[in-house]
Amino acid sequence: MATVTPAIESHSDGHAHGHEHHHEIGFIKKYVFSTDHKVIGIQFLVTTMLMLMVGGALALAVRWQLAFPWENMPILGKIFTGEGGQISPEFYTMLFTMHASVMIFLVIIPVLAGAFGNFLIPLQIGADDMAFPIWNMLSYWCMWPAMACFAISFVAGGATAGPAAGWTSYPLLSALVNAAPGSGAAQTWWLFGLTLVGFSSMMGSVNYMTTIINMRAPGMTMFRMPLTIWSMFITAILQAFALPVLTAAGFMLVADRMMGTCFFIPAGIIVNNAEPTVGGGQPLLWQHLFWFYSHPAVYIMLLPAMGMVSDILSCMCRKPIFGYKPMVYSMSAIAGLGFIVWGHHMFTSGMNPALGMTFMTSTMMIALPSAIKTFNWIGTIWGGRVRFNAIFLNCAGFVSMFIVGGLSGIFMAAVPVDIYFHDTYFIVAHFHYVLFGSTLFGVFAAIQFWFPKMFGRLMNDTVAKWHFALTFIGFNGTFFPMHLLGIAGMPRRYADPYLHPYLEHLLPMNQFMTISAVLMGVAQFLLLGNFAYSVFMGKKTGRNPWDANGLEWSAPSPPGHGNFDVPPVCYRGPYEYSSPEAKAIGQDFILQTEPPVDASKIAASDTKNVH
Amino acid sequence: MIASSNGWWFPGDAMSPLGKRIDELFYLILGIVTVVFVGTQFALGYVIWKGATKKDGESAEFSHGSHSLELIWTIVPAFVLVFIALYQMDVWAEFRVQSYYPEQTQEDGPKFEVTARQFEWRIRYPEAGQPLKNQPEPQDLYAVNEIHVPTGRPVKFNLRTDDVQHAFFAPELRVKQDAVAGLIIPVWFEIPVAGEYQLLCAELCGWGHYKMRAIIVAEPQDKVNEYLARLKEDQDFDGVVKDAEEE
Repeated sequence: MATVTPAIESHSDGHAHGHEHHHEIGFIKKYVFSTDHKVIGIQFLVTTMLMLMVGGALALAVRWQLAFPWENMPILGKIFTGEGGQISPEFYTMLFTMHASVMIFLVIIPVLAGAFGNFLIPLQIGADDMAFPIWNMLSYWCMWPAMACFAISFVAGGATAGPAAGWTSYPLLSALVNAAPGSGAAQTWWLFGLTLVGFSSMMGSVNYMTTIINMRAPGMTMFRMPLTIWSMFITAILQAFALPVLTAAGFMLVADRMMGTCFFIPAGIIVNNAEPTVGGGQPLLWQHLFWFYSHPAVYIMLLPAMGMVSDILSCMCRKPIFGYKPMVYSMSAIAGLGFIVWGHHMFTSGMNPALGMTFMTSTMMIALPSAIKTFNWIGTIWGGRVRFNAIFLNCAGFVSMFIVGGLSGIFMAAVPVDIYFHDTYFIVAHFHYVLFGSTLFGVFAAIQFWFPKMFGRLMNDTVAKWHFALTFIGFNGTFFPMHLLGIAGMPRRYADPYLHPYLEHLLPMNQFMTISAVLMGVAQFLLLGNFAYSVFMGKKTGRNPWDANGLEWSAPSPPGHGNFDVPPVCYRGPYEYSSPEAKAIGQDFILQTEPPVDASKIAASDTKNVH
Repeated sequence: MIASSNGWWFPGDAMSPLGKRIDELFYLILGIVTVVFVGTQFALGYVIWKGATKKDGESAEFSHGSHSLELIWTIVPAFVLVFIALYQMDVWAEFRVQSYYPEQTQEDGPKFEVTARQFEWRIRYPEAGQPLKNQPEPQDLYAVNEIHVPTGRPVKFNLRTDDVQHAFFAPELRVKQDAVAGLIIPVWFEIPVAGEYQLLCAELCGWGHYKMRAIIVAEPQDKVNEYLARLKEDQDFDGVVKDAEEE
């Protein structure tokens, strides 16, 4: 029986010992160009946390302009503009374009798939590493050229001409070099960055699928996998099928820009007094190709968080997940339906109106599995014995915010209502509730939950609770009023909405939101500080600090090269908390590696419990 | 409500009949969503409170779920969602499917053409009594950032763009339609009450996106005719002024 032992690597075990001797590796290979999935996962995690701060700073600059238009922005404004800190309209378009690009491509996708996918998949299925460790390493090191391209795109077109077509980069703004100050070199570098991020994701996704299919420990059947693994598996499939479309579209756009093709450019268009275009293309084609990837990408940015929260909630409530199979099926349904709802981003785009009706129906249908998952999470907490720590709070925040984000989606799924809400702040409110309110709260929970496995130490729970409380208040203060802005008809991406008389009265509300956003931004330093401090100074802990069931908790904390000191064998599902079997051995959890408990012992403990 | 008393709500009641139906759909969904929101958040709070205040020695329930509950919370939301989807179809059809446009617009044809460009709206009216052609005619009348339409009847117009993508957004009318390069998209609305209504751009079109401000002036048909006559006079004016008038 793998008991809870102090966090020392087991050197008595011949297998692990011999294994390590074979791989006598230097510092660079061990910590920099590492092929160890755990190191790569932690590299992804640290990188994305830093990028989160960059993306957050860009967001604060956007918020500043909306609250105090045309006034000099303190601190950040000076860093960004190098001058007084006034934000020009072209700079403003760059700010929101890069905020979205950084947050989506350099934070949310890599933190879920890159950091937690890498760290957790081999540990949770009982493998010693990924199927393709070198690809895995490359998938991380592709991020750096990608980040370099994005960084160059800030400055390539001159100080105020960063990429300015939004993260969706709709042609012709993105296709014609003269269309906007940022449509020149900046846009090209941005597209290169996007392609490289795609390479990174693709290498990861092939790796995850292969690993999950082929390298599960004995006894780890598909329906004994933790929901985290299911979500990573489904996400990897989504990536593998959707991403090539975006990459191809990206190449087509680059060809339009640099080689004179006209995939997206119709004839006779004149921008900025340039030559008329030769034409023959269709800008709507880009929207179809882009959303064919980017809608599934919304689920790529959400499903892994759903999986991790399911794992954590079950553990923190000491209760099996409510409806394991419905959870798996609903994730699969989300993934399947996710491929046929992309048109709901295009209701007002001028595509064939009959498509509006079909996309509305499929979009309504995709709300269903999301609803099932929500009910199942509530069912999981119901009757559980809740451990009321910061990890649980973040999970509860996830569920609560996901309800808001899911419900506000119904307004937009309804085409007629979307006519009004499309491209207003209502949309901005909706996707921030899903991407920040859900995914990031899930990530905060996951960081604290698996931190002991990464570093053998615990994060400070009190600081984490403060971080949660401040983030939660700041988050709702920032994003809930956005629903009202949207209802009031305030469009997105306006450098100065108050130019329009009917929006003037919204200024005080925007100021309140900006103050909330600053609070939320400052609160993230608590997370970073807590993280950095705990890596070195946190309280040391053993293999299984949360009394959890998964295979990863039977490995040392942190696991050595090769992960497990004994090749694990899996005997049961991951959520058997408070089961009769667990009670028979005097615990409220039972590791997946724990051999089946004798039936007579279970019966004995049952009768004991009755008395 | 706090929100509406501070003006944090719709920019006035919908001014077009179709807009009113869109608002009704909004309130219908708002009602359903509010019930679900309150119910689920309350349930979440309740189970957390029960779970966090368990007495010492009381262990969690051991249950893997409930098949009948799963069925209930699959089938009930499915019906609600399908109902919402089907219930909206005709409003969408009337807004966007040309064969469902009001009969009058089918007879009248497009009354004018709106061309979006960085960063203004150009309006082209045909000469009085002539139909609008897709190619500009010599006698066409042009205006910028000001559209005059008759009240009390559905008006159809053609929407196009000279350069990048824009979107025609009239918040008080609840009308929004993208203007896509290479496409001519027919749009219609009806304004029963005379007045001035906002028009702005809702699709990112460059640094001046926020500046694409225009107005839609709704007035009785004879006033529109007067306006068009004035426009024609201005446009035909060649700078030669008779001495007698100069006095």
